[in-house]
Amino acid sequence: MTLQTTTYLIVGFTFAIYIGIAIWARASTTKDFYVAGGSVHPVANGMATAADWMSAASFISMAGLIAFMGYGGSVFLMGWTGGYVLLAMLLAPYLRKFGKFTVPEFIGERYYSKGARIVAVICLIVASVTYVIGQMKGIGVAFSRFLEVPYDIGLMIGMGIVFIYAVMGGMKGITYTQIAQYCVLILAYTIPAIFISLNLTGNPIPQLGLGSTMSGTEVYLLDRLDQVLRDLGFLEYTTNVRLSLTNMFMYTLSLMIGTAGLPHVIIRFFTVPKVKDARSSAGWALVFIAILYTTAPSVAAMARLNLIETIQPTGGEHMVYDERPDWVRNWEATGLLAFEDKNGDGRISYSADPETNEAVKIDRDIMVLANPEIAGLPNWVIALVAAGGLAAALSTAAGLLLAISSAISHDLLKGVFKPDVTEQQELLASRIAMAGAILLAGYLGFNPPDFAAGTVALAFGLAASSIFPALMLGIFYKRMNKEGAIAGMLAGLGVTLLYVFQHKGIMFIASTSYMGDMPQNWFMGIEPNAFGAVGAMFNFAVALIVSKLTAAPPEHIQHLVEDIRVPSGAGAATGH
Amino acid sequence: MSQNNSYWSANLRIVALCLAIWFVVSYLFGIILVEPLNSIQIGGYKLGFWFAQQGSIYVFIALIFYYAKRMGKLDKEHDVHEDDD
Repeated sequence: MTLQTTTYLIVGFTFAIYIGIAIWARASTTKDFYVAGGSVHPVANGMATAADWMSAASFISMAGLIAFMGYGGSVFLMGWTGGYVLLAMLLAPYLRKFGKFTVPEFIGERYYSKGARIVAVICLIVASVTYVIGQMKGIGVAFSRFLEVPYDIGLMIGMGIVFIYAVMGGMKGITYTQIAQYCVLILAYTIPAIFISLNLTGNPIPQLGLGSTMSGTEVYLLDRLDQVLRDLGFLEYTTNVRLSLTNMFMYTLSLMIGTAGLPHVIIRFFTVPKVKDARSSAGWALVFIAILYTTAPSVAAMARLNLIETIQPTGGEHMVYDERPDWVRNWEATGLLAFEDKNGDGRISYSADPETNEAVKIDRDIMVLANPEIAGLPNWVIALVAAGGLAAALSTAAGLLLAISSAISHDLLKGVFKPDVTEQQELLASRIAMAGAILLAGYLGFNPPDFAAGTVALAFGLAASSIFPALMLGIFYKRMNKEGAIAGMLAGLGVTLLYVFQHKGIMFIASTSYMGDMPQNWFMGIEPNAFGAVGAMFNFAVALIVSKLTAAPPEHIQHLVEDIRVPSGAGAATGH
Repeated sequence: MSQNNSYWSANLRIVALCLAIWFVVSYLFGIILVEPLNSIQIGGYKLGFWFAQQGSIYVFIALIFYYAKRMGKLDKEHDVHEDDD
């Protein structure tokens, strides 16, 4: 069977499962639609959260980034997992106790203000829409690469699948589909990693393989990698700091706070039956995430080593260009990999010196996708990786779309404009909002704005600098009032946007960048992507000062805060 | 209400302890002290590098489950647990 046929079979099979689940898990009430009826088991919810969280970026891009950043790539590993500790201890159980459907709903009630609710809706929509563009692009690319259909058609197929299960099932359909998608993506990620670890080190567990010796030698894999990189003129893999330790500190902190403040992740904890379940479910989510996140460093280091060994094997001759392996030819065709025989000797050399380096382009994103081909693994593994990439992108897109549509139908329509809407009307409105969100995401997928790559940083920056502090202060500081919270959100948001725009350009148009994207202009050497933590600190400081200067919140709000701090008396989540 | 106050301050102590460990394994061992720790070798891993790319994540998981278990116990001690179990 050809690779093409195998891929069609495996991807087609996974899609049939997703649609089957959609038909089985239809939503009949708004509670089903927004929070899956509040009846998802904590382990199942953990698995769905993991699929929701791990996007095309985690699946495809992260290991590639780490492969070229070495130790510096640790910011993603720690940042995108450590946020769950904050979520489990500072937000999830209390928001579950509050027992409503959306994040803006909590902010609106806690700060007794429709204005605060609208500010939260805006932050949520901007953060989620910027995030969803990347997923739609990932879906289109994965289809066009593996199924050899045009990008547009691939995107439409992907939209159609999400449409079926998200519009029909809402959170209920999405949750059960995400559990299936988690299984597909984790198998697709770990199976090639196990094969490659076994090949290189003889140890089938990639997490241990990374710390082992190379097969048949006494040399540790990481020492070998450091050695070959030094010989080629690169920085050592295990000590390659990203800009500075201060920058790495702030980058990690921004990603952690941002993770804990992303609404599509937070609402997952509204679906479990109890407060107690919200705590343990965050732990299960992190277990399922960690299976991928602790495998990624092994994939990264081994892929880098395999790549170098292919181009110039230790103690052997450099790769002869005309005899290059098939996978090199395949990826050259996509333009993501390019060689140029500068000295005309017919062989390729790879080095850190741009004058003599002949591997002129190695796109970071090909590392995970090309990995099974580089290691010569069977076709079904390569097909499985395609299905896994699609599962990662579809599951995250669906979670984001639900967060967007519930903010529109529940927070704007029911909460602000038309409070007397009936349940049936609201359910219909939420389905229409979902369909609209899918069309908007699809439109942005067809016409991705130039700034798409840079906006993921903005999504984390917004979540970290606006949403997280407002939620945390609302729970842990009874005296926090509406003036403080709104001023804090706007200040955090303002500072972060100002910093990102001044270095990356207004609305990411580079020519309008009035400070230039240059390290010497960065505040304390902190890159714009790492600035969310500073924005969060501004938010906390402004909120505390303003709340001290203004009147305390009304008595019933102080009782509300006391009530969410204890688990007893938690009913199921309601929107009324 | 005083019952709830002692529950809340016990909760804050547990969170503070957990977040102190959270900070130590990631920011302290994984970033601030990474260079001195890298002089210690565990198998093929330099210790600071291991904390940054493996160890901190394992500790995060243990922390959340410890917190969930400890809070479950605290809820019962203060009689603020949820019904029916």
